[in-house]
Formats: sequence, C-alpha cells, structure tokens
Amino acid sequence: MASYYASSSSSGEVTADHRDFPHVLAVDDNHVDRKIIETMLRNSSCRVTTVENGTRALEYLGLRDGQPNSATLASKVNLVITDYCMPGMTGYELLKKIKGSSFLKEVPVVIVSSENVPTRINKCLEEGAKMFMLKPLKQSDVKKLRCHLLNCRS
Amino acid sequence: MDALQLRKQLSDYMAELFDEGFLDEQFTQLQQLQDENSPNFVAEVVTLFFLDSERLLNELAKSIVQPEIDFKKVDAHVHQLKGSSSSIGAHRVQRSSISFRNCCNDRNVEGCLKSLQQVRHDYSLIKDKLKTLFSLEQQLPGPPPE
Repeated sequence: MASYYASSSSSGEVTADHRDFPHVLAVDDNHVDRKIIETMLRNSSCRVTTVENGTRALEYLGLRDGQPNSATLASKVNLVITDYCMPGMTGYELLKKIKGSSFLKEVPVVIVSSENVPTRINKCLEEGAKMFMLKPLKQSDVKKLRCHLLNCRS
Repeated sequence: MDALQLRKQLSDYMAELFDEGFLDEQFTQLQQLQDENSPNFVAEVVTLFFLDSERLLNELAKSIVQPEIDFKKVDAHVHQLKGSSSSIGAHRVQRSSISFRNCCNDRNVEGCLKSLQQVRHDYSLIKDKLKTLFSLEQQLPGPPPE
C-alpha cells in the first residue's frame, strides 16, 4: 500500500492516479476544523470536498428537497464525515437524511464531536453511522478510518 | 546569530510554550501535517484561528452587554472558540472557554463577564506567542537538516 498511495512524506511526486483515491465529503461549520480534516484526509490519500453545513452537503450529494438531482449522480462520494454540533441541520439530522434516502443510504457516514456523550454516540450508531470519533482529530485517527472504511474501494 | 543558535532559540521557545501550557500536543499534530505538499500549513491554520477567534470575541463582547443576555447565543460562540482552540492546541484558550461555557450553563452573568476577560487575555497571549514563534522560524536560513 505504501508504494501505491505514496505518502506525502516521501520525496518526489505522487504518481498514483488521484481518480482512484476515495472521495470524502467533510462537513463542519468550523473553518479551522475544515482545514485540518481536509489536510489529514489528503495525507491519507483521499480526495476531499469540504462544505460548511448540512444543506450544502445534501446539495453536493445530489439531493435537493429529498429528491435526487440526476445531474450530479456522476459525482460519487465514498464517505461523509460530519461534525455533530452544527447550527441549522445537525450532523445527526444530516445522517438521518442520508440514511433515509434510497439514493444515498449506502454512503458510509462518520460523525465527529468534541463531546463524549454516550447517548449521543449510541443514537448516531443506531441511526446507521459507521463510526463516531472524538475531536480533536489526530492524523492516526484519520488513517485508521481510511483503513477500516475505504480500503480496496475504487 | 548563526543558524545553529537560531535553531536552538526556536526550539527553546517552542519547548517553553509547551511547558507553560500555552500549547498542547494538538499543536504537534499540526506541525506533523506540514510538509512539502503543505509547506505553510501551520501558519495558514493559525491565521484562520486568529480570524475566527477575533470575530467570536467581538460577537461575545456585544452579546454580553445586552440587558437580557442570550445565553444560548453566547454559549454557541464559546463552543466555536473552544472547538478551534482545541483543534490547534491553544490549551489555555480551550480551558478558559470551558469555564466560560459552565458560566453560561449556570446563567451566571458575573461569571460570564469574568470568563470573557479571561478568554480574551489568554487569546491575546497565545496570539503574541505564536507570532513570535513564526517570526523566529522566518529568521531560519532554510529547511532544517533531515
């Protein structure tokens, strides 16, 4: 794996075709956190798109007012990682909308939160979140996530 | 000062920031994310943190002097501040944000006023120190030897 997904710490260029990298949609209202998660995901050989709220996330995923927008079916997202606490639509509400859509329900969703609240964690897992992670995120957390959820995906 | 002395000055200063609890290991995480693909990563994230924090502190200053404090709004702002400071390892700002949130929960006006002062103070300290850190780095004559 190390030679194909050239790590950014090696000298020289990444020769792997980026189109084969998994595409992750990261949702967070905090600008600092968006920048950090984006870099951590890129360092784990992912293509990343970041958005600042659930509404934008759903639009990007091709869902507008609950109906798939066929024009965006081509843009495939392999994983959604979303903050829990966001104004407007929370990460939990976004998760429900994704899992409630026949078009999107297979997309794995990971929830991140700065607060370790067991009832919150259980609620998210029961609603279909693949993982729940605590902030602040470390690069090793993101690498683990990539291994568990995105290995061998094209 | 020669390169070696400059490098020592920088690493001593960095160690001091960790020892005195201004920065925590999350800052180290950021440093490890900086590489030839993102050569200015730490400075970019810290700049975002400065912009965000200043905006939030201004909002907090306005909210806290309202005749009827909207504690939910204040808490939402402090939550953001707590989040960003935690993500970059600005340890003291994170801690004073946590105290501030406790005062919001208790609807303690006096506590909130004091907390805002404390968080402002901690923010201004870390801002100064990070700027000093960056200016020390800029004096170095090129990338450190492997």
